[in-house]
Amino acid sequence: MNNDKLIIGGHEFNSRFILGSGKYSMKLIEAAVKDAGAEIITLAVRRANTKEHENILDYIPEGITLLPNTSGARNAEEAVRIARLARELGCGNFVKIEIMRDSKYLLPDNVETIKATEILAKEGFVVMPYMYPDLNTARDLVNAGAASVMPLASPIGSNKGLATKEFIQILIDEIDLPIIVDAGIGRPSQACEAMEMGAAAIMANTALATAGDLPMMASAFKQAIEAGRKAYLSGLGRVLTRGASASDPLTGFLRD
Amino acid sequence: MVKVNGEPKDIAGKTIAEYLATTNYDMKRIATELNGDIVPKAQYGETVLQDGDSIEIVSFVGGG
Repeated sequence: MNNDKLIIGGHEFNSRFILGSGKYSMKLIEAAVKDAGAEIITLAVRRANTKEHENILDYIPEGITLLPNTSGARNAEEAVRIARLARELGCGNFVKIEIMRDSKYLLPDNVETIKATEILAKEGFVVMPYMYPDLNTARDLVNAGAASVMPLASPIGSNKGLATKEFIQILIDEIDLPIIVDAGIGRPSQACEAMEMGAAAIMANTALATAGDLPMMASAFKQAIEAGRKAYLSGLGRVLTRGASASDPLTGFLRD
Repeated sequence: MVKVNGEPKDIAGKTIAEYLATTNYDMKRIATELNGDIVPKAQYGETVLQDGDSIEIVSFVGGG
C-alpha cells in the first residue's frame, strides 16, 4: 500500500480524497484537511474582498495542493479566463474545469469542457475536467491533454450517490487516466463503493459541509476511501450466479 | 469612468498600482484583469487606466 500513489499530471499523492472547501466555515478547514488526510483541496475564484474579510488561504495548511475550479464559467472561454486568473493568484497550475449552462441541475457541458481542456493543457495547466460520464467525451478529454477525468456520481450537492455507476465503471475500464468521482457522493459507503469499482479518488464537499460533525465525517470518508481502495487492490471475491457455496468443510459431519 | 468589479469609479488616469494603493486589498492574495487580459503584478505600476476600461480584481474563496 505504501507504493500505491495517486499520480495526477506527474504529481504524486498518497491520499485519494480530494476535499472541497465550499459551504462551511474557514475555521473548520484545517480540521477537515487533517481528519480527511487530504492533500488536495478545491477552491473557487471570485471578485475579491478587501482585508476586513478573511482569506481562505490563511486557513489552508502548508503543503496542500490547491485545485481551483472554474465555477461560474458558462462556456470554454470563460473557464479559460478563470483558470488563467487562478494561476495568476500564484498557487500552482492545477485546475478543475467546471462549465455549466443551467443553474437548476448544474450539469457540466461536456463539449465546452473538451474545448477548455485542450486550450489549458497546451498552456501547461494540470487539467482535471469535471464531466458527465460519457465514454466518447472521456476519450476526447484524454486526447485534449487532461490529467484526470472527473465524472459526476449524481447532481452536484445532492448527496444522492452513485446514480451513474454503470457509466463510471465504463470510464474506469476504458480510460487510462485517473477517474476521480466528483459530485453527488453523499455517504462514506458510496465513496467506498466507487473505490471498490476502481475509481482513483473521490472528491467530496457537500457530504461534509452538510454533515452533523464535519471533521468526524471527513474521517469517516477517509476510512471508507481507504477501505474501498484496499478492496479494489485485493480483488473482490466472486459473486455466484445462483445457489450457495459453503464456507465450512463438506466432510466430517457429526451424523450417521 | 473605470469599472472595478462591475462598479464605476472615477479613477481614469491613475495606474493600477495607484488605484490599489487607495484600497484595502491584500496584494499577495489578488489577481487583476484589465479588459479581459491578466495584468501581471510587475506591470501594475506602468498600466494607466483609461476612461471606459473595466478591471476585475479576484481572489480565492471556498468552493467545490
